[in-house]
Amino acid sequence: MILPISYNLRNLAVRRTTTLMTALGIGLTVAVLAASFALVDGLRLALEASGHPLNVLVTRKGAESELASNFERRVFDDLKFKAGIARNAAGEPLASLEVVTVINLVSVEYPEGANVSVRGVTPIGLEIRDDARLTEGRWFTPGRREATVGSSIAKRYPEARPGEKIRFGRGEWEVVGIFHSGQMARNSEILVDLNQVAADFGRESVLSSALLRATDEVAHQALINDLQADTRLNVQARSEKAYYAQQTSSGDLIRYLGTIVAVIMAVGSCFGAMNTMYAAVARRSKEIGTLRVLGFSRAAILVSFLIESLMLAALGGALGILLVLPVQGLSTGIGSMVTFSEIAFQLRITPQTMASAFLFALAMGAAGGLLPAFQASRKEILTALREG
Amino acid sequence: MKYLPLIVKNALRNRRRTLLTTSSLAISLCLLGVMMALYYALFIGGQPAKAQARRVVVRHKVSIVFPLPLYFREKIAQVPGVEEVMLWSWFGGVYKDARDQRNFFARMAADADRLFRVYQDYVIPEEQKEAFIRDPAGCVVNKALAERHGFKVGDRILIRGDIYPFDLDLTVRGIYTSTDFDDDTLWFNWKYMENMLRNSPRLMAGGFTLLARSEQDVAAISRTIDEMFANSEAPTKTESEYTFGLSFLSFLGNIKVILMSICFAVTFTVLLITANTMAMSVRERVREVGVLRTLGFGKPAIVGLIVGESALISLLGGLLGVLVAEGLCWVVRQGPAIVQQAKTLTIEGPVFAALMGVSLAVGIFSSIVPAVSAARTSIIDALRFTD
Repeated sequence: MILPISYNLRNLAVRRTTTLMTALGIGLTVAVLAASFALVDGLRLALEASGHPLNVLVTRKGAESELASNFERRVFDDLKFKAGIARNAAGEPLASLEVVTVINLVSVEYPEGANVSVRGVTPIGLEIRDDARLTEGRWFTPGRREATVGSSIAKRYPEARPGEKIRFGRGEWEVVGIFHSGQMARNSEILVDLNQVAADFGRESVLSSALLRATDEVAHQALINDLQADTRLNVQARSEKAYYAQQTSSGDLIRYLGTIVAVIMAVGSCFGAMNTMYAAVARRSKEIGTLRVLGFSRAAILVSFLIESLMLAALGGALGILLVLPVQGLSTGIGSMVTFSEIAFQLRITPQTMASAFLFALAMGAAGGLLPAFQASRKEILTALREG
Repeated sequence: MKYLPLIVKNALRNRRRTLLTTSSLAISLCLLGVMMALYYALFIGGQPAKAQARRVVVRHKVSIVFPLPLYFREKIAQVPGVEEVMLWSWFGGVYKDARDQRNFFARMAADADRLFRVYQDYVIPEEQKEAFIRDPAGCVVNKALAERHGFKVGDRILIRGDIYPFDLDLTVRGIYTSTDFDDDTLWFNWKYMENMLRNSPRLMAGGFTLLARSEQDVAAISRTIDEMFANSEAPTKTESEYTFGLSFLSFLGNIKVILMSICFAVTFTVLLITANTMAMSVRERVREVGVLRTLGFGKPAIVGLIVGESALISLLGGLLGVLVAEGLCWVVRQGPAIVQQAKTLTIEGPVFAALMGVSLAVGIFSSIVPAVSAARTSIIDALRFTD
């Protein structure tokens, strides 16, 4: 015979202040865990949604990032006619020679300035980035000192808005437009004319990378293999998607920190829940005795108190998720050790995060409720009836 | 004070509850302690180590990734107050396998003859130092790093180049320790770079580190250098090595906000748990309060008894928490040197005071409401009270 759930519900409702306080303690712990997951998931989703499945990124062999890569113009001239590279309407290969560098801009969040990627591209480069749409202004004009900035940059850096001028290289660059791409990482870049920026940084012949568009999926893999195997070129080719995916490790520190903090807090909250449940057991001593007299078994008592503790934790879990929901969509940035610059992204609370946060709360409830429930079930009928 | 024995007796009445509350407080406060220690070390009270206080770093104004011309070294050396200056360059590269985080450590080229004059906290046997300066392909490594990878004097270390188009084949000539903190760095002779990049426009300095004659000169030297290069091909940013280290922090995300929110959440959780416990124990004792009142205890005495008990428990929890926090700081000190402050992390005086303050405040605020309401209950009601 099992005690009805409504018995536990009523018990929790009677002691509503205690119930709410304990649940809130659990809730805050859950919120810390969920918030750190939201940060990491936001970063991961932003990076996963970046890169075109048919694009191939080519860097110097051994270079882990475009920034650390020295890519010679003559190597580009050799590889742009490789088989498997798509062509545009004019018949030119969709291969873009690019130079990536980093500049320092003052943001609202970091008044001392944060690093931002600047990418020099040719019109072909813009053609490959067909996912990017202008939301304001226009694209930069080749041959002029103009810049079109990604939407995350425009949002986070007041200096980089249309009409403003940013200083880097050998002078000022006029911001003429904002673009937005579904590929989130792209929005953290400033696009400028390749030759202008290469000249500014003395990199006319040694640039950073090449971005190629393959004709189809089969050609994509074949192109990568072909480039990797070409010892004369001495380059490293990988799919653009893989390049971005590898940057998710930038969020590792936050995930470790968040998890450690949440686990330590959980132990504290667990003790809180234990206190509450012990008090519940002590107060209901007579009740427990009565229930036993009525024929409820020790196991039924144990299960009932455990369920009550789990319900308390479930309430806490729900509260915690409610508490953390407002951070959904909040935008922030994190430095990528790969690009040496900031990637902007939005915090994302995924259903998995909610589920694991809720399970985490239940685990706290189970750990906190087990001992008190056990104690309740061990009470002798006569002493229980006499107590309290 | 004469009530102290009574307070202690009360606290010990429900030992399990007191134990649970104290441990829960201790655990939460140790977390708060580490977070506050980090925040304090990074943003408020952190002090450069003794030898470091005189070191100043010159780098490109826009970003650390841009190099500076080599001739800057001679110009910097002439700035009044500069005792010694060396150039350095971040080689980067790959040791064994970059996918394994443990293989990541700083690999820097530097003027071999000047390195130990600028880093006066480095300790190395004289003959090892001489051997390092003589060997154009020599390197010195920090002792902690050497132990981690099993490097011994005479070993060869291969680093594949990524930023630079060549690989390094280095011989370990010495292993140094530091009187300040272990920096997990491999320094190799700048001559290696010169030999590999002869006549290449890429033979440039990543930056310069100089040693000021005295700590007081640091600000003036920084200003002079930045003004000197303001209109040159490469404008510079000069700051103390300590501040320079902090500038890497923004890479880890918005640490300030993250630390603050964690501290806030932890404090609030502690407050909830303690308040809950105190409310429970007061409720059990309402009848007793009636008895005390009958015996002539005034309302302030009742409030004092209850608040005192709560304060005692939370101070005890806080003290335990600080002890555990100091232990956690020790663990952090053994970890990787992401920022140098992590290497010297400890609970400083002000942090200790703040933690005890938080404990006391938690103790008082969590019990004040139940205490006052218990004292206010009329004697008759209190005596009649059944839970």
